[in-house]
Amino acid sequence: MSVLERPAAGDASGRGAAFTSPQAGDELTIVEPLIFDSSRPGRRAVRYPSPSSAARAAAAGQPPIPDAAARATPPRLPEVAELDLLRHFNRLSHLNHAIELGFYPLGSCTMKYNPKVNEWAARLPGLADSHPLDPDPLAQGSLELEWLLAELLKEISGFAAISLQPAAGAHGELTGLLMTRAYHRSRGEGEQRTKVLVPDSSHGTNPATATMVGYTAVTIPSNPRGGIDLEALRAALGPDTAALMITNPSTLGIFEDQIDQVVAAVKEAGAIAYMDGANLNAILGRFRPGEAGFDVMHFNLHKTFSTPHGGGGPGAGPIGVSERLAPFLPTPLPLLVAGEPAEVRRNAWTGRPTPGASFALEESGARPTSIGKVRAFTGNFGMFVRAYTYIRSNGGDGLREVSNDAVLAANYLRVRLADAFDLPYDRICKHEVVFSGRRQKRQHGVTTLDIAKAILDHRIHPPTIYFPLIVEEALMIEPTETESLETLDEFVEIMHGIAALAETAPDELKQAPRTTPVGRLDEAAAARRPDLKHDFAALSTPPSVQQEVGARPQAAGKG
Amino acid sequence: MSYSPHTAADRERMLAAIGVESVDDLFADIPAAVRSTRFDLPAPLAEQEVRAELARLAGQNRIPRVSFLGAGVYRHLVPAVVSEVIGRAEFSTSYTPYQPEVSQGTLQSIYEFQSLICELTGMEVATASHYDGATATAEAALMACRLTGRHKVAVSTAVNPQVRRVLATYCAGPGVEVVEVPADLSEGGTGVTAPEVAAGALTDDCACLIAQQPNMFGGIEAMGQLADAAHQVGALMVAVVEPTSLALLAAPGSYGADIVAAEGQPLGIPPSYGGPYVGLMASRMDTVRQMPGRLVGATRDGQGRKGYVLTLQAREQHIRREKAASNICTNQALCALAAATYLSAVGPQGLREVADMSAVQARHAAAAIESAGLGQRRFSEPYFAEVAIRISDAARRHAALAEQGIVAGYLLQPDYPELADTLLLAATELTTDADVEALVAGLESTR
Amino acid sequence: MSTTPPDDRRYSREHEWVRMEGSVAVIGITGFAADELGDIVYVELPEVGATLAQFSSFGVVESVKAVSDLFAPVSGEVAEVNADLRTSPELLNTDPFGSGWIAKIALGDPAEMDKLLDAAAYAELTAG
Repeated sequence: MSVLERPAAGDASGRGAAFTSPQAGDELTIVEPLIFDSSRPGRRAVRYPSPSSAARAAAAGQPPIPDAAARATPPRLPEVAELDLLRHFNRLSHLNHAIELGFYPLGSCTMKYNPKVNEWAARLPGLADSHPLDPDPLAQGSLELEWLLAELLKEISGFAAISLQPAAGAHGELTGLLMTRAYHRSRGEGEQRTKVLVPDSSHGTNPATATMVGYTAVTIPSNPRGGIDLEALRAALGPDTAALMITNPSTLGIFEDQIDQVVAAVKEAGAIAYMDGANLNAILGRFRPGEAGFDVMHFNLHKTFSTPHGGGGPGAGPIGVSERLAPFLPTPLPLLVAGEPAEVRRNAWTGRPTPGASFALEESGARPTSIGKVRAFTGNFGMFVRAYTYIRSNGGDGLREVSNDAVLAANYLRVRLADAFDLPYDRICKHEVVFSGRRQKRQHGVTTLDIAKAILDHRIHPPTIYFPLIVEEALMIEPTETESLETLDEFVEIMHGIAALAETAPDELKQAPRTTPVGRLDEAAAARRPDLKHDFAALSTPPSVQQEVGARPQAAGKG
Repeated sequence: MSYSPHTAADRERMLAAIGVESVDDLFADIPAAVRSTRFDLPAPLAEQEVRAELARLAGQNRIPRVSFLGAGVYRHLVPAVVSEVIGRAEFSTSYTPYQPEVSQGTLQSIYEFQSLICELTGMEVATASHYDGATATAEAALMACRLTGRHKVAVSTAVNPQVRRVLATYCAGPGVEVVEVPADLSEGGTGVTAPEVAAGALTDDCACLIAQQPNMFGGIEAMGQLADAAHQVGALMVAVVEPTSLALLAAPGSYGADIVAAEGQPLGIPPSYGGPYVGLMASRMDTVRQMPGRLVGATRDGQGRKGYVLTLQAREQHIRREKAASNICTNQALCALAAATYLSAVGPQGLREVADMSAVQARHAAAAIESAGLGQRRFSEPYFAEVAIRISDAARRHAALAEQGIVAGYLLQPDYPELADTLLLAATELTTDADVEALVAGLESTR
Repeated sequence: MSTTPPDDRRYSREHEWVRMEGSVAVIGITGFAADELGDIVYVELPEVGATLAQFSSFGVVESVKAVSDLFAPVSGEVAEVNADLRTSPELLNTDPFGSGWIAKIALGDPAEMDKLLDAAAYAELTAG
């Protein structure tokens, strides 16, 4: 067995091998066995008190769980001591890149600093221990926070009403399109309006959402400047159009400079104007979609308002809507049932409660036009706490500064890297800039994937690659507002170095990454013969025995 | 103010490099007609000020001193080690593992999560997680429609109403019909779904039967017989389960469930007024290509080192776009990590103790109420850790007890008009004998 | 592996090939298509007995990061599918014109072959 393999279960010395300091010339090789491999019968990390004899005696008079419904064999969960458990996950954590370790310019994902005070707030017992079905009189703080956050989001976006319920951006899209359909149906046009228009630069979630709602997605081409082709849009709009879904700024990082005409054309066709708000972080205080005539937008709360992305969630995808869509919002909404809204806001902005103010959850069935529920309860409350904290910390001036500096940084990288990589849309960008690696591919056979892997060796997360689809060999860079100029300059230097290597030593880039815990992984093999869970059978006998009886050699390591 | 590191000099340098005079020039492409006219937000707060504001809001909540509230969300011990692990910046401030070489921590932890959920449910494959249990159930129903080519789903009324409402919303999208299978809520009834009633409601155009174990009332369903009824008409069995109960109750894989959906909140995630939680979904390998959501698989690198990647991605929206199995994009990775850490921390013995203590204290509470002559169990069938109790003047007493900081469970009547004066009481391992005494005393005092 | 289209068969503009074995049409995808898709990881095969219409979708082929519909180059009833593709989809990459065949079809209308390209014309189509 190679030392690179996972050590065999029972090999106590093997566990430490993962973190043995590398010898000079050795590659850094870090492996961590599965948690199941360190399981030993009888070990445990958490202990619980036993029920009292009085409780047991009282319970004995109640009907027991019938044998027919009982579990036959206990689940083979790991049995580990607390320290070993912690080491396992801490070691795993060392295999990750993260914002708090280094630059993470992953376009479209807004990997900016997530302030610690947000985390402090989300963990306050008064909030974290609040049960979603606690009677309203016990949950006034949770309800007020939701109500205040909705008020802030209204002002930020210019929309008439907010639902916090959707759990993610794509979930907000689903909600928005379900409301779109409810709106058209309410006007007797439900049958006729069957198409959702999406630009060819859109997120994949847009057409996928259209399908989930029973709509047909129709793709609209982009114009040579990277915006939506207004003539093609006008030609596609008609009495069968349910909605246009448009990301603005677009996935190219470009503001749709004809957005007023786009919205007007959609409205004129009687369709709903949906804005994908994934890139709202670029335009805070500059453009309010509701004010500009959009009917609905989802907020990626975790991006613009800074929840740590958690390795891929949880996030939150509240939606803002215009007056005409408001009747269809999901239920229940948090309501201010006693008190003047302006007074409650004014007091909250100065940190004071409003005497006599009272909040309640909208009652079930109170708004028959609602599309219903898209998620249990009122949404990802933990993200609301963080977003509220973030907005209050920044204030209006701070939020403007967020967008200003995000756009400034992206444009800085745009001009600094323009000599090294092709810029298919060479104009002022917003919070992100999309380059193309086509020159490197055509002239030197170096793909954007190779470039991304080479970046990994510099302890920087690569940009988003191969998206948007309309840019060949796309490299989508979103620096965010929280990276210092030194970090940006260092990145520029590294990218120039990689571009130079593409010319002089392309094979070197093909070998990247060299310094990561694992090299390029065989994704084709993973998909052809999926291995999606631990195979207990492979460890049911000690590895030494398996070898003696000639079991598959990799079984000892594979587990 | 913002968390931007830039000094005035930094900004000047960047503007000069770009070749514009001011940052406003970078927004000149916004048409004048639609530029923002207002942005009337409160002033920035310093950390001590924002802390005071959040403490004020937290203080407006009154966390009950005694609570028997469950109904889908349960107050369990969140071991300190779980909070520690998910608080690590390497996990919390990373994103979707698009670059597996620098994401093995997240990827392996999800692989372990998938393995743990398979083991708990007795299924062959589990996804990397969904938004919550309700959306996981709705996605399971739509998956059953894709697998069977049918457009109708049957759901027991003893499935949590929050879940059924979300199911209805999701099914309205593609026009899937939802038919209800009535549980026996009659006077002296069982409180569970009779297999013969399910069989009567199931027709050969049904894609699936959805039933919950334990059900909304804590009752224990005859899941095997319900699965048989579904399979009789070629429909799939979707089992909605509560994960800690699986220490004591049969694994869905053992009674013929085809798809399992669950709310994973009890596994180390605080109630947090409704989220974030984690939806669990598991199924069989032969259905994997119709499963929605992310999956992590094991593979090797060029040197033969084992590693993990996102796999079977061609099912997903970023590739399949309008033909994708679902529009789901993110999962709830950090919550899945909490669940994986929780299950590894408690182990089989700990999970059994949690389930056992919950079941004992629910029975303790029911027995104490009955023996004090305060109320009676509403249903005849055995239950797990939640029990429906008929009690006179329930709404008034529930509200009065809340004023004392005691939440006497969940009032069922708003969701089930036939269940007037009925409280749904839940217990967990955190329920103490003193809690039971306080509940009984509170009910006595409001007679 | 060769991506050169062999002369013994005809080609659709959607990059499927068809080769006659008596009255049975063997169909597959071209080496050019397999190259464009990259590492193929899954093939959704038609049901034996299914009736295909010329140029209609009859299945799906997935690579790691792309999905493509399969279009029947000719009409007819599916007589046999290549079960090896279930366990070894990579045959489409390694031997697209041989052991990577997808299905055998009882040809409905031989005249449909005239609507397809010969090897030279197909080579020209994919040369750009």
